[in-house]
Amino acid sequence: MPTLTYRDALNQALREEMQRDANVFLMGEEVGVYQGAYKVSRGLLEEFGPMRVVDTPIAELGFAGIGVGAAMVGLRPVIEFMTWNFAVLALDQIVNSAAKLLYESGGQLPIPIVFRGPNGAALQLGAQHSQAWESWLSHIPGLKVVAPATPADAKGLLKSAIRDNNPVIVLEGEMLYNTKGEVPEGEYVVPIGRADVKRAGRDVTLICHSKTVTVALKAAEQLAEQEGVSAEVVDLRSLRPLDEAAITASVAKTNRAVVVEEGWPHCGIGAQVVDVIQREAFDHLDAPVLRVTQADVPMPYNRQLERLAKPSPDKVVAAARRVLYLD
Amino acid sequence: MTTATAHAQKDQSQAELERRMLRQMLLIRHFEEKAAEAYALGKIGGFCHLYIGQEAVAVGSLAALLDDDYVISSYREHGQALVRGISAGAVMAELFGKATGCSKGKGGSMHLFDAAKRFMGGHGIVGGHIPLGAGIGFGIKYKGGDQVCLCYFGEAAVNIGAFHETLNMASVYHLPVIFCCENNRYGMGTAFERVAAVTDVAEHACSYDMAAELVNGMDALAVYAATQRAVERARKGGHPTLLEVRTYRFMGHSMSDPLHGVYRTKDEVEEQKKRDPISQLALKLKEEGALDQAGLDALDAEVRAEVEEAVKFADESPDPDPGELTTHVVAD
Ligand SMILES: Cc1ncc(C[n+]2csc(CCOP(=O)(O)OP(=O)(O)O)c2C)c(N)n1
Ligand SMILES: [Mg+2]
Repeated sequence: MPTLTYRDALNQALREEMQRDANVFLMGEEVGVYQGAYKVSRGLLEEFGPMRVVDTPIAELGFAGIGVGAAMVGLRPVIEFMTWNFAVLALDQIVNSAAKLLYESGGQLPIPIVFRGPNGAALQLGAQHSQAWESWLSHIPGLKVVAPATPADAKGLLKSAIRDNNPVIVLEGEMLYNTKGEVPEGEYVVPIGRADVKRAGRDVTLICHSKTVTVALKAAEQLAEQEGVSAEVVDLRSLRPLDEAAITASVAKTNRAVVVEEGWPHCGIGAQVVDVIQREAFDHLDAPVLRVTQADVPMPYNRQLERLAKPSPDKVVAAARRVLYLD
Repeated sequence: MTTATAHAQKDQSQAELERRMLRQMLLIRHFEEKAAEAYALGKIGGFCHLYIGQEAVAVGSLAALLDDDYVISSYREHGQALVRGISAGAVMAELFGKATGCSKGKGGSMHLFDAAKRFMGGHGIVGGHIPLGAGIGFGIKYKGGDQVCLCYFGEAAVNIGAFHETLNMASVYHLPVIFCCENNRYGMGTAFERVAAVTDVAEHACSYDMAAELVNGMDALAVYAATQRAVERARKGGHPTLLEVRTYRFMGHSMSDPLHGVYRTKDEVEEQKKRDPISQLALKLKEEGALDQAGLDALDAEVRAEVEEAVKFADESPDPDPGELTTHVVAD
């Protein structure tokens, strides 16, 4: 199996889907001539031309809405946001148009659109450029939300998202674009709504998604080496719909859980996961479920402060030790 | 064919067009009057924005469209939905929230849809559907079609960013869209000149290198002619147009708003009613000898009966099944 970067896996998914279906087009800032702000769309303008790889002005609300309108008449737009921080300007179109049209039209207008772009903090970009939006987006009925952690999942989930007949949010990890992994060639789709056990274990479940999968895997290694603890790492992959069965099955086995995410603690994805656990796995729990999140502050610029704000393997290890009553 | 018979035929088809327009305006007027009654009786809930006074805009502009063209509008869209051919029964039933409504009772007054008639909604966020209209135009162009999209919005939407972002992109991408601004002078209780630095909406078109026209919105034929020119530009060359159609609403902003309120005077409303688009066109038809009082009365009675029938249909239709609560959230 070829080894690709996360960026190139996304590029491959886009290229294959655009070859497969003439109704698929890509639209966003710098996607064409510049080849993508993060080079995800490299080579696509050359291959598919300017009607299918559309450079836009800096007008997130406008081009998101143009995408939804195009989906209303049967196209399958892929709207790229330079980052999700800027997509906030387009939330009206995502929430009030894309997510509502099927319902308020009594089923007449499915909206097969993908909104994608980098999400979460990179390094020292400051408060406005370092935010994780998944809990905002996952709150909305009518949307699906996926957050791949590996190149293979990035390819498979983006392909599923493009083929889905609903608005699908694809949250790409800004820090993941350069990461590498094996990616199956050609037809490879990962179903939306299925979590994946990235490391099997017995003693504690670490539930994570996107960039925090790397954090949880490192924590699991430390736990094995330093404490002899066997941690299971469950990568949610899809945040809406959420794979409640996978969460429950793992916690039923380990009886303990820590939920890790890049977002803030208040009303976060972890809060939703904890709700699932208390409801579906209450009798299996041997300890309260703990959460590791970004600190409840805007992201600071200073390197040391930024490190303090972010979830880290050490913080996950500390939380795991607490749910295992090792302290 | 002699010139005289050609002229006679043209006059006849012109008279037919005017008669059809008059009938459509009467239908909207009586439909809205009944909707107001039903609202007072509690049969219609929520927000309900009537089109009384603005009939000539929908009727004139939609006459310039073909069946496979697209229409998208704001929440003040009952009139456009009716003229586009959604039955009065299906629209009234939607206002009543019934299962037989054009959006299955899940949309309501502000969200009328009929995809088969290419009526793409009824949208409730001021200006939010303007980019959707351009996106429909983008879809037409992408597929190489020769249809156009007619997008209606109020003058207050001109102050919203979505309007400006969209006009710019529609112009840059050469989209076959007609942006039809129904300038009725007020956004709820705010007179346009109190909140807009540029009060001639059509002027905005030059910022986007777009064709524009200022139109008398109380004259259905003037609206028809201007829309025809805009449709031609869109269909032939993919050139968008901004139409500013000056009109006036005779009722309050919505059913919860008094007739004139404190933001405008009773005198102003009465003065505007003298420009009533329906009486103007009726008068024209009478002067041309194309319709007499008896003919007008018959037309009026016919339309009233159609509206009565629509109310009866809505009244007798069932509510949506409780199971409908959770359908259409996601598509298969
Ligand atoms: C973005 C947004 N802000 C506020 C409202 C509340 N609102 C509904 S209609 C309206 C006035 C709009 O006036 P205009 O666009 O001129 O249309 P008209 O009602 O005159 O047809 C307002 C403020 C809204 N629906 N959407
Ligand atoms: Mg207005």
